[in-house]
Amino acid sequence: MSEVLALESAPSAVQTQRLQRQLQATKRRYIRRSVLLILPLLALLVLGFLTPIGALLSKSVENPEVAETLPETLVQLKNWDGQALPGESAFSALGEDLRSARSNGQLFAFNRRLGYESSHLSSLSGSVLTRLPASGKPVREALLNSVPALADIKTWSTLKHLGQPYTDFYWLAAFDLKKDAGHISAVAPDKALYVDVLKRSLLIAALVTVLCVLLGYPLAYWLSRQPARRANLLLILVLLPFWTSLIVRTASWIVLLQSGGLINNTLIDLGILEKPLQLVFNRTGVLISMTHILLPFLILPLYAVMKGIDSRFERAAISLGAHPFTAFRRVYLPQTYAGVTAGALLVFIMAIGYYITPALLGGPGDQMISYFVAYYTNTTINWGMATALGTQLLIIVLLLYWVYAKVSRPANRPA
Amino acid sequence: MLKRFAALTVLAAFGGQVNAESLTVVSFGGLNKDAQDKAFYQPFAATGKGTVQAGEYNGEMAKIRAMVQTRQVSWDVVEVESPDLIRGCAEGLFEPLDWSKLGDAGKFVSGAATECGAGIFLWSTNLTYNSAKLKTAPKGWEAFWDTKTYPGKRGLRKSAKFTLEVALLADGVKPAELYQVLGTPEGVDRAFKKLDLIKADIQWWEAGAQPLQWLVAGDVVMTSAYNGRVSAAQSEGHDFKMVWNQSLYDIDSWAIVKGSPHKALGEQFIAFANLPQHQKVFAENIPYGPTNKDTLPLIDAKTRDQLPTAPANLANALQVDTNFWIDHGEELEQRFNAWAAR
Repeated sequence: MSEVLALESAPSAVQTQRLQRQLQATKRRYIRRSVLLILPLLALLVLGFLTPIGALLSKSVENPEVAETLPETLVQLKNWDGQALPGESAFSALGEDLRSARSNGQLFAFNRRLGYESSHLSSLSGSVLTRLPASGKPVREALLNSVPALADIKTWSTLKHLGQPYTDFYWLAAFDLKKDAGHISAVAPDKALYVDVLKRSLLIAALVTVLCVLLGYPLAYWLSRQPARRANLLLILVLLPFWTSLIVRTASWIVLLQSGGLINNTLIDLGILEKPLQLVFNRTGVLISMTHILLPFLILPLYAVMKGIDSRFERAAISLGAHPFTAFRRVYLPQTYAGVTAGALLVFIMAIGYYITPALLGGPGDQMISYFVAYYTNTTINWGMATALGTQLLIIVLLLYWVYAKVSRPANRPA
Repeated sequence: MLKRFAALTVLAAFGGQVNAESLTVVSFGGLNKDAQDKAFYQPFAATGKGTVQAGEYNGEMAKIRAMVQTRQVSWDVVEVESPDLIRGCAEGLFEPLDWSKLGDAGKFVSGAATECGAGIFLWSTNLTYNSAKLKTAPKGWEAFWDTKTYPGKRGLRKSAKFTLEVALLADGVKPAELYQVLGTPEGVDRAFKKLDLIKADIQWWEAGAQPLQWLVAGDVVMTSAYNGRVSAAQSEGHDFKMVWNQSLYDIDSWAIVKGSPHKALGEQFIAFANLPQHQKVFAENIPYGPTNKDTLPLIDAKTRDQLPTAPANLANALQVDTNFWIDHGEELEQRFNAWAAR
């Protein structure tokens, strides 16, 4: 039975195989050609986007300062057990390393890195160099007497520990944590900052998003119901501030909101207020201007979605006996979800990285993560801390995007 | 034939320019650069030693670092603030200076003659108020804490640097002992405790133009502000007054970028610019204090009273200790940020 079948189907099986091979060959050629076509773009993406971001992010775990400054000392400390003070060889290697670091101009980065661990260590290299005996003389005894930090075993174990090429220091610090002898613990409460900043950034971004939805939804709805010519004119009015420089818009809010500004003066002149309201350099000013600046990002996608909704659905619901509000809520509203979620996500992601507006219109309690990224990049040039905070921000945005993709997929397809 | 002639003319024109060595001098721009052009660049070019290409930047050390690391040094002499000078010197971004070529180091105010830098001028941070609005004039930083006599907001720069000094000065610490006190944990606690008293009344500024704008708008009754900015506002007709008692000052310096191809000419330029007769012209154009002690007697009394280096103004002033802030800056700024946000 099976032989008969095999005999009958044999020629066609060979044909099929040949066909399949040909088909696969064509497919491979096609894929190869497609890959070649997108290759320039892919290369640009990898070289111009992923590589720099990756290189920058890797700075948050790199720890080259001590390893580069004290190569010989670290060799001497390699087999040191950490129980008693190291011997003469380690002391003299430290002296030699610091001497050559001074002539190479490496000391600044080294001192600063040590200062992050413990502020009194930032002056270690200076005190060692001034008390170092001339070459050839015994170093250990001279330094033990004159530099008390070196008589402390902890200093040496810190140096050995800092010699590792990678560190979790910046990452822990970005979450107000520190590591003492292998134990992770919270930093002193008067120095804890970044967890609060993170919560605050999320809160401000969420508030701005809610305000944008509350203001933008009715406006987009109204716009979508206008005749085309008037809608275009009104859209230009929405877009006009969008084309104005961010700094100009932020600065003009200061003029409007300050104590002697237009709004306060008008309210006082009208007799509504006696003393000016504090509207700027606090959270109120940040929320007002961020909502204003980000509003077009919500209105535009929402308007596009609303424009595509057939108004006959709503009318049909009403004609079938639904209350106009019920018709709006159950027929119209669900069809706009895609626009609302897209717009809200856009606003949220842009808001969480905001820097210049809170910096100019907020008080110290209103600064968001990006402010501290800029602060560490420009002012203190501590790129480890800047990139650790930047990575924190990037991860949050990616997580949010993932959540959004999960949540929105089944529900948002308009019927 | 015509072409060849044209080419020869162009060559000749360029050849003529190459003879005079050109020095690129980079400063902080604005009024400061205009004053430097008048006082230093034009007179230096007139001596025939070389021409000056003036540039400006915002103190970005990253640019200088990139030039030094890639050995493509296109800037020769730069104006730098003291923290950048000390860091850059330790990092090897600036050439060590040979003071025998720059003039007598003893003729300069303290802190102006350093390993890599030659001071250009002193600038200071002063208590500033609108004299049209205050009946009694404040005498020092204690007035900041006197919210009964002077109700309203006070402006301070949003940084631990300057703010902690102001708090301790207001608490009665003498300028000479200030950094000793601030170097101890108790001193830092004392400063923050003092600041707690008026925390709700402080409005923090970041850009130097903000505090003056607030004074004009009436947002603050008094503020800390940079003296050059205040003088500029005064000449625009605003009735602002500065308190010189307990003012804080710092120095901006010339430095030569490491690997500059015109190092020798750069040294000549610095020596030239720091001569009293040229510093005088600078101070007359922008009210920053000359670093050369011989300059002051040349300046007329009215202008002199507005300069941070006038003896009366310097008498109870505090020099900001840059080394202190390099050692403790990041730790204190973090604590300050955490404190201010609470």
